[in-house]
Amino acid sequence: MSESIGNEMYTLRINGQDRHVKDAWVGESLLYVLRERLELPGSKGACEQGECGSCTVLMDGDAVCSCLVMAATAVGADIVTVEGLIEKDPSMASTARTITDQISGQITDVQRAFIEEGGVQCGFCTPGLIVAVHHLLDKNPDPTELEVKESISGNICRCTGYGRIFAAVEAVVQVRKASR
Amino acid sequence: MSTVKQDTRLRDILGTSALRPDGVAKVMGSFSFSSDIWAENMLWGATLRSPHPYARIVSIDTTAALLISGVSAVITAQDVPGKATYGLISADQPVFASEFVRYMGEPVAAVAADHPETCRRALAAIIVNYEVLTPVVDPELAMLATTEQIHPDGNLIRHQKIICGDPHISGDITVEGHYTIGMQDQAFLGLEAAMAFPDSGGNGVELHIATQWLHEDRGQIAACLKLPEDNVRLVLGGVGGAFGAREDISLQVHCCLLALRTGRPIKMQYSREESFFGHVHRHPAKIWMKHHASKEGKIVKVESRMMFDGGAYTSTSPAVLINGITHTQGPYQCDNAVVDGYAVRTNNPPCGAMRGFGVVQACFAHESQMDKLAQACGLSPVEVRLINAMHTGDKLITGQVMESVAPVERCIRETDAIPMPEPLAANANVLELPGGSGRTADRQNIVRGIGWGVSMKNLMYSEGFDDFATARCTLSNGIASLKFATAEVGQGFVTLAPQIARSVLGVDDVVLETSDTQIGSAGSTSASRQTWMSGGAVDGACRLVRERLFEHVGKLHNIDPIRLMIEHTDVIDTIGTFRISVAEATQGITLSETFEHHHRKTEDLDANGQGNCHVAFAFVAHRAVVDVDIELGLVKVVQIATAQDVGRVLNPLSAIGQIEGGIAQGLGLAVMEEIIMDNGRVKNPSFTDYLLPTALDAPSVVAIMIEEPEPQAPLGAKGIGEPPCISVTPAIVAAIRAATGKALSRVPVRPQDICL
Amino acid sequence: MTVAVPLSLTEAFDELSRTPDARLIQGGTDLMVEINFNHVKPVDVIALRRIKELRTWQVNSNNTITIGSGVPYQEMELGQLKELLPALAEAARTVGSPQIRAAGTLGGNLGTCSPAGDGLPVLFALDAIVHLQSALTSRDLSIHEFMLGVKRNARHASEIITGVTVPILDGWQGYAKVGVRNAMVISVASACLAVDKKNNSVRIALGAVGPTIIRCRDAESWLVQQLDLATATSIDTTIAQEFGRRVALESKPIDDHRSTAEYRRHAVGVLAQRLITRAYTS
Repeated sequence: MSESIGNEMYTLRINGQDRHVKDAWVGESLLYVLRERLELPGSKGACEQGECGSCTVLMDGDAVCSCLVMAATAVGADIVTVEGLIEKDPSMASTARTITDQISGQITDVQRAFIEEGGVQCGFCTPGLIVAVHHLLDKNPDPTELEVKESISGNICRCTGYGRIFAAVEAVVQVRKASR
Repeated sequence: MSTVKQDTRLRDILGTSALRPDGVAKVMGSFSFSSDIWAENMLWGATLRSPHPYARIVSIDTTAALLISGVSAVITAQDVPGKATYGLISADQPVFASEFVRYMGEPVAAVAADHPETCRRALAAIIVNYEVLTPVVDPELAMLATTEQIHPDGNLIRHQKIICGDPHISGDITVEGHYTIGMQDQAFLGLEAAMAFPDSGGNGVELHIATQWLHEDRGQIAACLKLPEDNVRLVLGGVGGAFGAREDISLQVHCCLLALRTGRPIKMQYSREESFFGHVHRHPAKIWMKHHASKEGKIVKVESRMMFDGGAYTSTSPAVLINGITHTQGPYQCDNAVVDGYAVRTNNPPCGAMRGFGVVQACFAHESQMDKLAQACGLSPVEVRLINAMHTGDKLITGQVMESVAPVERCIRETDAIPMPEPLAANANVLELPGGSGRTADRQNIVRGIGWGVSMKNLMYSEGFDDFATARCTLSNGIASLKFATAEVGQGFVTLAPQIARSVLGVDDVVLETSDTQIGSAGSTSASRQTWMSGGAVDGACRLVRERLFEHVGKLHNIDPIRLMIEHTDVIDTIGTFRISVAEATQGITLSETFEHHHRKTEDLDANGQGNCHVAFAFVAHRAVVDVDIELGLVKVVQIATAQDVGRVLNPLSAIGQIEGGIAQGLGLAVMEEIIMDNGRVKNPSFTDYLLPTALDAPSVVAIMIEEPEPQAPLGAKGIGEPPCISVTPAIVAAIRAATGKALSRVPVRPQDICL
Repeated sequence: MTVAVPLSLTEAFDELSRTPDARLIQGGTDLMVEINFNHVKPVDVIALRRIKELRTWQVNSNNTITIGSGVPYQEMELGQLKELLPALAEAARTVGSPQIRAAGTLGGNLGTCSPAGDGLPVLFALDAIVHLQSALTSRDLSIHEFMLGVKRNARHASEIITGVTVPILDGWQGYAKVGVRNAMVISVASACLAVDKKNNSVRIALGAVGPTIIRCRDAESWLVQQLDLATATSIDTTIAQEFGRRVALESKPIDDHRSTAEYRRHAVGVLAQRLITRAYTS
């Protein structure tokens, strides 16, 4: 990339690994760096101003909009993306129900519930929501209906109208309760 | 012959809530949307857009931009080798503006560079000299002969009348009103994005694109690139929602041009702000409507004048207009009508397809009217609608006979029977009140209202358009492969298609091949048509393969194929005891058939708007319960009850998803979504100020799916995508009226409309 | 071009002296939007997020609280901060979305100084003191002198906002904010009301209805004459209504694409009436 744009160099801790970034432009958001430099395209960009939540990642345990994090300033932080949820919480892994000849990977109980309850249509908001829901249930394992809604009020879904998403969260809460 | 143990387990066939095959990838974040595509040696593309709604381009100087290190190409109108314009109905929209820019955001140039930031700097370095002109922004003014024609094709895009029955008849009761519908945006989350790969010889290009209709795109792109269509290959990239906004060309031609110019893969993606400028919106409309009725509330005649502001270019305005005016009567019997409809060109943003396609606007008017009629006749909103409810066999105001199943009364009664929500508690949580965590209201400030909306919506394309769909089924070794160009935009066709194959062929494993232009057209993912049309094509192809399978089995085992049928996962002899699993029967053989599904022919409308112009119709009723803070005009939609005429539920989970999702969009138009214009300038091209419903705005939805199978539909199922977003809007407004007593004749309703 | 991520204020000032034109960034919820939208092209940036001193708060012996400029809004929504500053907790809850509240800070709101900044009406109602430090100096500025106009403040380029100090008042306090939908809204109009029983006064500050946050001093002094603020347990509807009317008169709202001046004026009047009613309803 041309010299005139940037030569920033720094290391970020993403999903438990040190990832090195070089020749970067200072204005790049964490979202841009994850997607375009670190081959982690799971987080999505739909507004670039923190109004949709599609880019939600965990940063030092907080759910934040990665489009509003200047990547070069995120050094020293522990960042978890949707791709890293499974490693973060292996006790919650569940096997995907294979319905095509796709490779059936290991997914979390939240991810599984989203599929099984119809909480995924186009899927663009899904990774951000999955991260937000994991964050909610980590902090509050038995949320009320309103607590669920408030905690995902920063994640816009244009396809589902949220009904099946609420059902997915409720399903996870019940399953986790039963297994405790 | 083999004896196979009978398989009785539950399978993912039609009627079950089969899960999405792309669900795992989507939840993991590994599903490839068109914005996730990456290519070695790729460059980024970006577009320069006009800041003015109307201006003459005096000059464009790209020299400074070309000198910036990292910039590989800068193109303008003179670099378009083929057709300079494109368009779905009329090719009146320039690839790049050359003489005039006619709307704020119209593309003027494009660049290719090594980094999005380099692109931004290059765009800033292009010098465009504009002679700013006074935009024409009022469609009524635009229509006058004395007003400047802002396009060589003129300012009137289309005018159509409907005159039916006795135009001079009148009723004892008349009610009328002027209704205004604001400009809604589809606001899909998956921003426009594409990757174009030029062929090494420069004579072709492969475009990976999120779109609604691969083949229509291809035709327009090929004409602009001056390449044979076979050399322009389109592959469907993952689509992050559409709702009509991807029916028109956006970045496709620009992306291909840059790829061919640079010889390198070009990735283009829009920011949210650019996306607001980069696609068409829902037509804002002004509608006057007058109903004549008997004292008992029976409609005698409907009159209407509808004005649709089509913006700068034609897009699908002619079809949107027809949809609007032909739905003037709503789902009600009406023998006499005088309707005048106009779609007009202005320097406002181009408008085109959005879920509901013209019927949303007409429905807000006719449902507002029905409530006025109820009041004038001393009837309840339910009574007036039941009295006038349409039935199969009734004649429409276009003279067409309603041949579709039309369970309007049932939709209304079953919605009416849905229990009301609990009253708002004295100690309700602040998040349950209008205003939410803003703590604006106390319980005593809230009044609850109930409102109704019922609608009819045409399915598939109209006025003689043959929007067929194609599918290929290949069966081998117990696995079915399906190929279709149907654009999956989130609605779940990729879930349904395998369900069809499993039901018809008795297999469990179904593979979906790439959606691209290597097979015939599937038509657009719009008009609530894909289940009927692409579903019909898949069903047709699978049935043909099944015939071939029976021929093959029959020949091998000396059974007349006519005796064979599929039972679960076996081929069986209906008369004898022969049984063989489909898997075993298809070992080592390959059966493949392609099928085109066409719907029945439709007609143009004549000068009086008479003609069998629509294919079929679906119906739905909505009841809204809304809490209103009377003094502040803030609103919380508490519950939407609905009974929708779906024909047949093919996948309950997918169906409820469409219903809940459509309701949310209708709610958005009712109370919060509007592109705000000021003399041709868009004031709110961002999610900060174009507000979409959040999880805290979502109502509780109670939905009943009415299954009266539609004989015309290949699977008995009607399209279900659009009806949920249409009559929910007037239902919510009616509820606000009931709570406040305000007339409320525009959507979206703003707080000041309620309380000042 | 540099991005510095200092671990202490001293380091930060070193960076600032090296690159005096550097943009300061805390949560990023304002600056990154400017960058993403191509309105700002950063050259040098100093990130404050790892400076621990800025992320703490403390109760002082003189019955005040000092909140570091880097404390995220989500922390103000709970615990002791919420107990001692309930209006701030209510305002914090309305900031953006949960994701924004995890990153957004008072320092950011003060740095940006938008009249729609959710925390600002609370600071104005409490007569907050803004703490500013540079490499060599430190000064305290009343909030009323700090905010100068729309997105204009009295901070010198060499200064970092290190925190605010607000009194712990004895009396009811609350916040209300009007937005068109039920979550994640930019304020159309907002108000913070705080009763100071000890000094028999009430403070009301309005957001999004003027070039700065507006303290409605006329309405405040009028109300003092209508009832004993320290001991009253109820309030006449007519007095509450009149209070609302007077508050609305002191607002200076404009028409823009979000709302109209007429509606905003009406809304703050309603909010003021409701807030004072809540304050004096047992």
